[in-house]
Amino acid sequence: MATIHPNQTLAPDVDNAHDDPRQRAPLVLGENTFGTITDKVSGLAEQRPQMWWWIAFMISFSLMGMLFALIGVLFLTGVGVWGNNQPVAWAFPIINFVFWVGIGHAGTLISAILFLFRQQWRTSINRFAEAMTIFAVMCAGLFPAIHIGRPWLAYWLFPIPNQMDLWPQFRSPLMWDVFAVSTYATVSALFWYVGMIPDLATLRDRAKNRIAQFAYGLFALGWTGSTRHWHRYEKAYLLLAALATPLVLSVHSVVSFDFAVSQLPGWHTTIFPPYFVAGAIYGGFAMVLTLAVPARYLFGLKDLITPRHLENMCKVMLGTGLIVGYAYAVEFWVAWYSGHHYEQYVFLNRPLGPYAWAFWTMITCNIIIPQLLWFKWCRLNPWTIIIAAMAVNVGMWFERFVIVITSLHRDFLPSSWAMFHPTWVDIGMLIGSFGLFFTFFLLFCKFLPMVSMAEVKTVMPEAHPGHGHGPEQAGDFKRSTESE
Amino acid sequence: MAQLDAGQFVAEDVPAEQALTVQGVVAEFEKVDDVIAAAKAVHAAGYRYFDVHSPFPIHGLDIDMGVKPTILPWIVFVAGVMGAAVGLTLTIWTMSIAYPFLISGKPLNSIPAWIPVVFECTILLAAFGATFGMLVLNKLPMLYNPLLNVERFRRATDDRFFVVVDARDDRFDEAKTSQMLEELGASAVETVKD
Repeated sequence: MATIHPNQTLAPDVDNAHDDPRQRAPLVLGENTFGTITDKVSGLAEQRPQMWWWIAFMISFSLMGMLFALIGVLFLTGVGVWGNNQPVAWAFPIINFVFWVGIGHAGTLISAILFLFRQQWRTSINRFAEAMTIFAVMCAGLFPAIHIGRPWLAYWLFPIPNQMDLWPQFRSPLMWDVFAVSTYATVSALFWYVGMIPDLATLRDRAKNRIAQFAYGLFALGWTGSTRHWHRYEKAYLLLAALATPLVLSVHSVVSFDFAVSQLPGWHTTIFPPYFVAGAIYGGFAMVLTLAVPARYLFGLKDLITPRHLENMCKVMLGTGLIVGYAYAVEFWVAWYSGHHYEQYVFLNRPLGPYAWAFWTMITCNIIIPQLLWFKWCRLNPWTIIIAAMAVNVGMWFERFVIVITSLHRDFLPSSWAMFHPTWVDIGMLIGSFGLFFTFFLLFCKFLPMVSMAEVKTVMPEAHPGHGHGPEQAGDFKRSTESE
Repeated sequence: MAQLDAGQFVAEDVPAEQALTVQGVVAEFEKVDDVIAAAKAVHAAGYRYFDVHSPFPIHGLDIDMGVKPTILPWIVFVAGVMGAAVGLTLTIWTMSIAYPFLISGKPLNSIPAWIPVVFECTILLAAFGATFGMLVLNKLPMLYNPLLNVERFRRATDDRFFVVVDARDDRFDEAKTSQMLEELGASAVETVKD
């Protein structure tokens, strides 16, 4: 176990994934000082992007273009361009909405809940996890907006006085959704921006050209790192974390009410809110890992996003994955115990019916493959992490497919039964939404500080009072943790 | 500490040197411990218009400097209560008075069904209170700050720590204050002019 003492610099490849209860593991590896942290992170925003960035950006940007072209097709033609029909009236748009909203949740969990729990390893990953949240919520918000049939009347969703003297119906979970998702998007953006102000000031103070100075200067709001400012800033950040924590739990609960409040077998169940929240965090951590594992290589952030960070995220993913597995089991048990024929039929139809392939894809990807992460070797190997994370990304999309499609395609009367077939527009929009997400994410990586420099500096031993009196002073680190 | 007084900007024909007034003194420190010791000494010497600038928050330093606890939590509380009031008013008024619409024989004022909307409004306004309350209390955005004219000071957001004594302090004396900061171990001391 490496010591945290500054005078004994850590080798860059030190094993910080080892647990020793007597000491805290270092969260920043390599021969880093405050200055090198600034140089590394700011450098990413200052240098010209590498070739891989341009290639990835062009692909994402093209896919985003395709998404907007398909939205044009949809608006000009109508929702008939999708495969949605009776009885499967909710199909890809709602699956994609729930999928993307869910992905956002891991970002808020990392930035708010782990902050309240003083999990200091969050500092290296919270910034881009929050960025992921915001871009995922953007993708999510798009789908209900284009799903309403007459998108020019989307303002009917909001409580705006209109010429007909009508108001939205607040008994409807769909209205709760409007409030929950728009509040979530706003608060996540505020939290992200407030966290970024000190780092924007760093970029402003390093900027060489006038445009960068002006742009970063404008958004840094004149931040100078004053202790009097930090005092209020930290209070504001703590309060935002405390507000975002119940918010994030409420958002996916409200999303689950869209289903659970209905009378449909397969949807009408009380386990949905916790099941959806656990699934959201599960899928979100898979996406964070999907982004973090390549990013630490491509951006040279191995000292900041260390094996310990990846391992911790894998553990959270494994834990939430087990909750999701438990929820699947409980759903089946409740269906059997309810004695309700329609309910029992839906749950037999899932593993054995015409959409069994989707159900078993979900089980394989969400329940079986992630069990790899029980093994420490797999939690430390980037390839196995990526295999598990990609499996969960796919599995969580199919989970929503199973919930939406299999519950709807067998209506109460067999005469109303029908299969759902996605059209090329459905599939194009799903792929295009990834283009939208990655376009914004790559722009964020290029122009904004993708690691929170100010917060990473606080978890370095040098940041703590009483540090740097020479190696003979024992118990340095103990005292510094107390002073927090 | 920044003077945003428009009267300080002078006509173009006056030589720039004459127009500058001393705003304060900036002292650079290289280590957290040194800047904490210096801040305590400056406070003990009776200075009140002074500040420490650091690239990250140094916990406990605000107490050493005599910074009073912020009223921000109260602002957030009031904003949250206002959010709840807005949510309740919106739902109760629209559903029971402005547009009463009977659904499944449920009461017109079905409070449990309003809870998600009231909750989201509470969180939204409280979050606005936290963000904008913090910015207003910190007097941000501040689009011009004479401190940033000191080239060295730009490392306050990188890897250096600065004690800034403002000229508005009664005890401020450019020579004496600078000397005191140098004796406290500052690696550099500069005067801020504007």
